[in-house]
Amino acid sequence: MAVADYKAPSTVSEAVSLLASAQMKAKVMAGGTDLIIQSKSQTAEPLLVVDLKRIETMKDYQLTDEGLSLGPAMCCAEFTALEDVKAVYPGLTEAAYLIGSTQVQGRASVGGNLCNSSPAADTIPALIANGAQCVIEGPDGDRTVPVEDFVTGVGKNCLAANEILKRIVIPRPAPGTADAYLRFIPRTEMDIAVAGAGVSVTLDADGTCTAARVGIGAVAPTAMLVPAAAAALVGTKLDDTALEAAAKAASEASNPITDRRGTVEFRRHVVGVLVKRAAKIAQSRAQG
Amino acid sequence: MSEAQDYKYIGQRTIRPDGFDKVTGRASYGADLSLPGMIWGKTLRSPHAHARITRLDTSKAEAMPGVLAVAVHSDFAAVSDEAIQAGEGSANLIDLASNILAKNKVLYHGHAVAAVAAKTEALAEQALALIEVEYEVLPPVMTALAAMAADAPVLHDDMFTTGLEETPDKASNIANRVEFKIGDVEAGFAEADVIVEGTYKTPTCHQGYIEPHACTVRYDEDGQSMIWCCTQGHFDVRTSTAKLLGMELSKLKVVASEIGGGFGGKTTVYQEPVALILSKKSGRPVKMVMDRDEVQLATGPTSASHNWVKIGARKDGTITAMQGKFIYEAGAFKGSPVMMGCMTAFTPYEVPNLYAEGFDVVVNKPKVAAYRAPGAPQGEFAAEMAVNELAAKLGMDPIELRLKNAAKEGTQTIYGPKFKRVGLVECLEAARDSEHYKAALAENQGRGVASGFWFNVGGQSSVVINMNPDGTGTIVEGSPDIGGSRASMQMMAAEELGIPLEKLKPIVADTEMLAYSQGTGGSRTTFATGMAVIEAAQDVVRQLKERAAALWNVTAEQVDYADGVAYNTAGEDKMTCAEICSKADRTGGQITGRGNINARGAGPSFAVHICDLEVDPETGKTDVIRYTAIQDAGKAIHPSYVEGQLQGGAVQGIGWALNEEYVYSPEGKLENMGFLDYRIPVASDLPMIDTVVIEVPNAFHPFGVRGVGESGIIPPLAAVGTAAANAIGTHVTELPLSPPRVLKLVQEKG
Ligand SMILES: Cc1cc2nc3c(=O)[nH]c(=O)nc-3n(C[C@H](O)[C@H](O)[C@H](O)COP(=O)(O)OP(=O)(O)OC[C@H]3O[C@@H](n4cnc5c(N)ncnc54)[C@H](O)[C@@H]3O)c2cc1C
Repeated sequence: MAVADYKAPSTVSEAVSLLASAQMKAKVMAGGTDLIIQSKSQTAEPLLVVDLKRIETMKDYQLTDEGLSLGPAMCCAEFTALEDVKAVYPGLTEAAYLIGSTQVQGRASVGGNLCNSSPAADTIPALIANGAQCVIEGPDGDRTVPVEDFVTGVGKNCLAANEILKRIVIPRPAPGTADAYLRFIPRTEMDIAVAGAGVSVTLDADGTCTAARVGIGAVAPTAMLVPAAAAALVGTKLDDTALEAAAKAASEASNPITDRRGTVEFRRHVVGVLVKRAAKIAQSRAQG
Repeated sequence: MSEAQDYKYIGQRTIRPDGFDKVTGRASYGADLSLPGMIWGKTLRSPHAHARITRLDTSKAEAMPGVLAVAVHSDFAAVSDEAIQAGEGSANLIDLASNILAKNKVLYHGHAVAAVAAKTEALAEQALALIEVEYEVLPPVMTALAAMAADAPVLHDDMFTTGLEETPDKASNIANRVEFKIGDVEAGFAEADVIVEGTYKTPTCHQGYIEPHACTVRYDEDGQSMIWCCTQGHFDVRTSTAKLLGMELSKLKVVASEIGGGFGGKTTVYQEPVALILSKKSGRPVKMVMDRDEVQLATGPTSASHNWVKIGARKDGTITAMQGKFIYEAGAFKGSPVMMGCMTAFTPYEVPNLYAEGFDVVVNKPKVAAYRAPGAPQGEFAAEMAVNELAAKLGMDPIELRLKNAAKEGTQTIYGPKFKRVGLVECLEAARDSEHYKAALAENQGRGVASGFWFNVGGQSSVVINMNPDGTGTIVEGSPDIGGSRASMQMMAAEELGIPLEKLKPIVADTEMLAYSQGTGGSRTTFATGMAVIEAAQDVVRQLKERAAALWNVTAEQVDYADGVAYNTAGEDKMTCAEICSKADRTGGQITGRGNINARGAGPSFAVHICDLEVDPETGKTDVIRYTAIQDAGKAIHPSYVEGQLQGGAVQGIGWALNEEYVYSPEGKLENMGFLDYRIPVASDLPMIDTVVIEVPNAFHPFGVRGVGESGIIPPLAAVGTAAANAIGTHVTELPLSPPRVLKLVQEKG
């Protein structure tokens, strides 16, 4: 792809119609930290870039009793600085905080991370753990899809070429709920997850887990929800046996590949360890 | 030279003369020169690890509008089977030509096949796609052991193993065998109470300099030409390029840009001769800039190795014999640094019986280039790991074991000379007495120590100091400044001349302004170019005295010179350096000092490192939690830059030990190009590397300097390897200690 044209509309509908009427391949751009790199690939196919960063509703947020409604193009630097959001979804905040570096976070967005749909994207397991929904606008109006169904393959999602993710909506968690996200990388930063796990747990007054969601990343073609891992936690006090069972369920649900970043056995094992550790962090946050 | 001598500048932490340009971004690097009418060169690279080129047709590319030239192997001048100076080793011209543009076979993924120059980068890129190449794909040979197998596919059917008693009549992937020995190892092992032995493997690693190779060149109608490039040795770029193009040295000017790292990898040529061919053909200046993938694919790396080591010792820790078989990958063409591996592996020890045998083996990977103490880290990793195993087996402290057997003044080395004064014992004592070595460790933590030896080199350096009429001067040197050497040159000259540092400006001159100077490599610049600077400064002082004598009507012998002032010992007169310079017009014209030397007497630098490392037993992740690098600098001219070398060496060695490696597919394709998946450590990965600079002066240098650039990369491999082994409670025999490998070690230990 080679960037041949650039448009910066001021509303989502305008952006959608630019996509619908484009005479060449068209892509929307949030931070561009994935898109710009991809546009430098060998083929010279012309590309229209539709910049979302001039659309105010793509960058704002509301946190209400209902939950969080997030403009998907808000950059991670801004997102991770939202103390009110962090208080409710600390795991999602820490996932966004892991992306790249300070410089990268000045551009990169949660929506871009989701729409790029890499199996290793850090925010996706955290979004899944929080039961996030994607609000999508297309020429025929809006539709809503849960994050775990939004991603469909390596770099693939359910968006049509003329659709835009216009909102990420996350329900307000029940009292006694907290989340956590952990990833494994060989370095400390500037790396891509070899495995990732987002866990949300709800505890009752005596510390028993009444609900849980577990999302895992980088260990299958898409990040995925692991109901069996959640089931292993529900009804327990997140004791070692329950945590081991959740870890085992996550390892079993994973379907990794061997590549330059890790082997099948390594990823399977490590994703379980991450689920266990993230559950413990979520637990202490929920109690805290 | 007394150790306690007072210096005015030597040993100070002065501000580096190139600092402003670098922090403001004004400094010009390899890719920063553009010329009027300049066009862009791009390289077509092999997608295969091993293949015969059955057809190469560039006509469609040549016919494409905007394309001004194409270069292929046959554009090189006929070169002879000759070795030329390249960094710390030598390069064979025929191999060099076939490496930078493949002849009839491609020998690694990324091997350059042809190059195109076009009006824009994009056009050049498009033209590459029009070059038609047909390959007969051959089975790749990806490790030295596979390459040595009797039925292995042979990379070069005209290569016959040298260094054997009889030259074989069958072509082989083993280019050369070397052997070094003293005493009788069998007898030594017979005397031993304890024997350890093991096989230790290291991966293919890249130097990882941040700046990709880049050049801008111009070939004029009258046969005059110019290369601007980032290199560690522009005089050597001139030699190689002139040979490859059949040019006289005077027709080729090479200018060294500022350099964004080299670590040995920028001591050879890749694009420069090709760009010059493209410029000659097109009549236009040509620029070529590699991208990161190309850097990883076709430049560097260093040898992967497979080394067997055996050590015998008496119960009291006296080592009676050390033996090793070192197998190093050369990449696609002969010339791995295995000989240096053999020469260095056991050299930190005084042992009467030593035997080292080395094999230089070609494989379908890029031709290796020098990398910081080339050949030493691999062999010393094996030896140091085994020494630590020996210490464990003897129940002895590993530093005490080393002290008991440490090389010192008078020790016979395996490679010939006896050591003059060296500082290994001092380094070991500093390690033993350090607070670090005594600190307690927690669960899942381990400690490792290792030593490292590197020769350091001297060689040819030329320096001119031009004094100005106001008493300021320019130090003109020919060694590209990679680690702050201009500051050291400035300090040494100021010390000799007795004038303020800021009166002297050090510059790196191009190949027309100065006589031949060897490149920056072998830790030679502060030592050898420093000696040339001192000689040039002394030449200036001699002339200052003569000029003052002429003004006072006395003989030069009657003039003393100290702290920048000349004194008439026959009277009361005195004159500053600036005053003498301002009157130079009256005493015979301006003053130039010269130093053209071939420096001998480089002082070896020993290093000892201590590493504390923590292992996460559930994930195999390692964390270096504390690290101390101790090294003998002889004399630290600029302590900050010496410390920087120690830290930089440690960091590269730690990266080598923990995560760096070339990952190949079964077909021999490199799978981890780029810094995302070729993991050098980032700043947040490591703790502050503590340094201890030991100063045991080198008697051959006026200030006692030993080179410090290289030894520091040697100990980390075994220090980290041993720390990990101790943290897990197991043996480590293979690098890198990436999380999957460490997790496996943990799980196998159970
Ligand atoms: C140095 C570096 C380090 C990185 N480290 C990490 C890391 O640690 N973890 C990680 O997960 N990622 C990492 N990334 C990848 C990248 O930064 C993230 O995926 C980032 O969140 C992408 O956001 P963006 O806003 O830049 O997306 P963009 O590049 O703008 O878009 C990405 C893709 O999504 C599409 N898109 C964007 N927004 C929308 C929308 N609202 N509707 C429809 N389609 C949309 C674009 O068309 C494009 O295809 C790194 C990237 C770099 C360059």
